[in-house]
Amino acid sequence: MSLTVLKPGMLSTVQDRGRYGFQHLGVPVSGAMDFFSHRIANILAGNGADKATLEITLRGPRLRFDDEALIALCGADLSPSIDGAPVPEGKAVRVRAGAVLEFGESIAGCRTYLAVHGGFDVPVVMGSRSTYEMAHIGGLEGRALRQADVLPIGVAKASPYPGLARELAGSKRNFSFPKWAVNQHIDKLGRSPQHVRILAGRHWDAFPAAARDVLTSVEFRMATDSNRMGCRLEGPGIVASGPLEILSEAVTFGTIQVTPSGQPIVLMADRQTVGGYPKIAEVASVDLHLLAQLRPGDKLRFELVSLAQAQALWLKREQEIITIREAVEKHLTE
Amino acid sequence: MLPAQRLFPMGDQALIIEFGDRVDPVLSARIAKLAQRLRESLPIGVLDIVPAYSTLALHYDPAAVGSGTSPYEALAEIIGNWLQTQSVETSAAGRLVEIPVCYGGTFGEDLEALARLRNLSVEEVIAIHSGTDYHVHMLGFVPGFAYLGGLDARLAMPRRDSPRPRVPAGSVGIGGEQTGVYPLDTPGGWQIVGRTPLQLFKPDASPPSLLNAGDVVRFVPISAHEFETQAKAVR
Repeated sequence: MSLTVLKPGMLSTVQDRGRYGFQHLGVPVSGAMDFFSHRIANILAGNGADKATLEITLRGPRLRFDDEALIALCGADLSPSIDGAPVPEGKAVRVRAGAVLEFGESIAGCRTYLAVHGGFDVPVVMGSRSTYEMAHIGGLEGRALRQADVLPIGVAKASPYPGLARELAGSKRNFSFPKWAVNQHIDKLGRSPQHVRILAGRHWDAFPAAARDVLTSVEFRMATDSNRMGCRLEGPGIVASGPLEILSEAVTFGTIQVTPSGQPIVLMADRQTVGGYPKIAEVASVDLHLLAQLRPGDKLRFELVSLAQAQALWLKREQEIITIREAVEKHLTE
Repeated sequence: MLPAQRLFPMGDQALIIEFGDRVDPVLSARIAKLAQRLRESLPIGVLDIVPAYSTLALHYDPAAVGSGTSPYEALAEIIGNWLQTQSVETSAAGRLVEIPVCYGGTFGEDLEALARLRNLSVEEVIAIHSGTDYHVHMLGFVPGFAYLGGLDARLAMPRRDSPRPRVPAGSVGIGGEQTGVYPLDTPGGWQIVGRTPLQLFKPDASPPSLLNAGDVVRFVPISAHEFETQAKAVR
């Protein structure tokens, strides 16, 4: 089982939950930027949570399915179509062998996730299939997709949604999908200004009240040089009270570092494991996927919440995902 | 006895234990040892344990630690209790790792400039650089990169005005008051004095990194001929 890359798109990389357990050796976690959409795509495709999906950025690839496959797309609306017909997001989709999936205009959001039943079967490196391009680790040969690549798909024991396969067999179209969908989270993804919740960071108090007020009251803009390492934000400078003597220490997904020039940078999936800039705040994990979906030029605002609020929101989100998974599982035998 | 410590949240999925606020090889060696012990008896829900100069960070899955309403409070209590049971002897010497280095020539293009700047002979620079034991405070920046402490002040040299677009893996450099080895081909602004035939980072090896926090590094001068022989053996 495989798919063939006819056109690679702007940046298409294999990602999973991330590479944990090696940060003390300087190995970044990587993994899906919008791990929420990644997880839902896996659930829809009948996959376990450990499977790898394809993270597709802004201008999507052209991909040919070499075998009949069960897929799901979730995340940004990048106008996906199969052999010219629009294909819905947030649904399980059965695709005929030889069909070509491609993307068009980017309508909302920045990244979409293509899950295939069985998962993308690239080698596991240090416990993960996630691509970390800088060190050429994981994914397909440690890099983004290129033209003529053949991306292997794992062989799955189960055959979920038998009804979709029957429908496809009797249909003239090259794909089939059910009436139901999982899309309750998608409408929030493409907003600008986006609303992002944050928690006070280790060096919150090292910044004067005026600087902290700027962070929580002003609209920032995603800079064009943002990438999988970090979201660089444009706006008024965030200036510390004096020179801060900070020893390098661990950083995390969502850490907001402030550079000496006063620019906030939100550290994302491919962040380094340690950093030496002051950490004014951290993005609440429950909102990280919103940041991952911002495009260059999109606007955002921060709102300060407490640790207790952020953790309660996260646990609630985990419950929602369990509810979604249970609802989808009821359809798997249909 | 452990130095006094304070716990802080870092976002909603990480916790930082602060043991001090200065660069001290004894302190970071103790933190590295604690990290190693904690890794051997990993608390449920902890995904990563990251030692640094004066702190130890734990990355965790809030849904997996404790069952109460505050995952942070639950983990902080577990870690606080664990820390009370720990003692770290200050004299504990780290593992010694010898790193062969071919100094100068095409492997260390900035060696002569460094010698001139510091009014030393090339031989003296090599003798000083390889005659010091360096302490691995922590790893980071890129996979397998060790933050080394202990560079002799006579060898300090500012970074290059314009970084090189590609510094080959294994290059040994000096940047300000630090020295270190580039584990991967990356852009770099340090003054390059030599190169090791060893691979500092191998994704498929276990462990993937030659160095770990708490190690002691000693550079051993080798000839260009020895470099080629050892490089072949490594490949």
